Amino acid sequence: MIDLTTPLGDEVLDLRAGDRVTLSGTVCTARDEAHLRMIEEGIPFDPEGAVIYHCGPVVQGDRLVVAGPTTSARMNALTGFLIDAGVRALIGKGGMGPGVVEQLRERGVYLALTGGCAALAAARMELHGVYFEDLGMAEAIWVIEADHLPLTVGIDAHGVDLFEAVRKKAKTQFYQRFNI
Amino acid sequence: MVNPALSGALADATERALAEAAIRLPADVLATLRRAAAAESDEIARSELATILKNIALAEERQVPICQDTGVPVVYLTLPPDVPLTPAIYDGIREGVRRATARIPLRPNVVDPITRKNTGNNTGVGMPAIHVTAGDRLTVTVLPKGAGSENTSRIGMLLPSQVAEIPRFVAETMLIAGGRPCPPVFLGVGIGGTFDMAAALAKEALLLPVDTMDEYEQEICDAVNALGIGPMGLGGDTTALAVKVKRADCHTASLPVAVNVQCWACRRATVEVER
Repeated sequence: MIDLTTPLGDEVLDLRAGDRVTLSGTVCTARDEAHLRMIEEGIPFDPEGAVIYHCGPVVQGDRLVVAGPTTSARMNALTGFLIDAGVRALIGKGGMGPGVVEQLRERGVYLALTGGCAALAAARMELHGVYFEDLGMAEAIWVIEADHLPLTVGIDAHGVDLFEAVRKKAKTQFYQRFNI
Repeated sequence: MVNPALSGALADATERALAEAAIRLPADVLATLRRAAAAESDEIARSELATILKNIALAEERQVPICQDTGVPVVYLTLPPDVPLTPAIYDGIREGVRRATARIPLRPNVVDPITRKNTGNNTGVGMPAIHVTAGDRLTVTVLPKGAGSENTSRIGMLLPSQVAEIPRFVAETMLIAGGRPCPPVFLGVGIGGTFDMAAALAKEALLLPVDTMDEYEQEICDAVNALGIGPMGLGGDTTALAVKVKRADCHTASLPVAVNVQCWACRRATVEVER
């Protein structure tokens, strides 16, 4: 198990797809609407070495009730500007498209958090702030302090995509089984 | 004539059912997950399943929702002969959803489909979805449906000559979905009826006990698991935990097939209304 701490730097280049890691430090949640707003108005936090978490948590007052990952693929076309600005890691579920795999090359990684595990994730997180709160609970950017969040490297900085390898194998299996 | 007592009782039952569903998985779902975790051979998949089981325990311990996507409320109501279907019934359920959203709390997920403006309380036009059937007792069943899995659901108007291709259609649905619906999944399959009925049957199939499958359901389940998508699309033996099929007769020239994809958190709960 490799322990990572934000802000991230070149240590992410040493990670390999399939590695189990933990992440501690600051992560910023962002979903579809937050990405669109950032493209329009700029990134409200320091993006250098930052970590984006694809998540729309349940928040009650200043309490982070639960906060699991959302489907990252929705942000496929909205992610490039963040990596260009210095973001080093994306956390989410389900993986991302080939465009993002290329954008991450020699720069950053995609870290998979087990989908649906929102109680477990929140147990290792504390709420520290919010941007774009007018977008609503699910779509705002929540600034979260994470403590040893358990993750799997899904896409590394060398173009290796665990999800794509699984998808390819699934396709082969499908064609074989149904004689297409 | 609005009956305030009945409306209040329905609100209470709906709120209780939503809390139960959001926080605790049904016994058949949990048993199926545990069985899969014990049988899984892939290392990453085993670790993903262990994390899922840990999360389920933690949600119960902390009395918080299992997943932050607490879904949109889908409600199945059974009405006994002595309870007429009145606006008070609908009002009560909607009030229960509003209260549950504030108290549990649930994430407000319901928005206008075009402006995307959030209503803030999980009710809105046509929300919650309320399905009514005749029954012996007055019960509220909730099936909160998250978007990750719902978004990968699929319907096909197959040809009558394609009966043998139904398992392929279901497996293809998961091939396209990959890791997006938070596998391992439960698949509700609706076969027959009309275009809309097939979809409704597919969702209702998710209410059936998932810890047993008949031969046909097992055949489809095996075809899906042969894909090796695994938990979260990271690979493994466990892609589908169960396939459940519901059928209706259909037109001689039709074969509607719908697949409602449900993530591992197959949340549902039934509460009898006190009256």
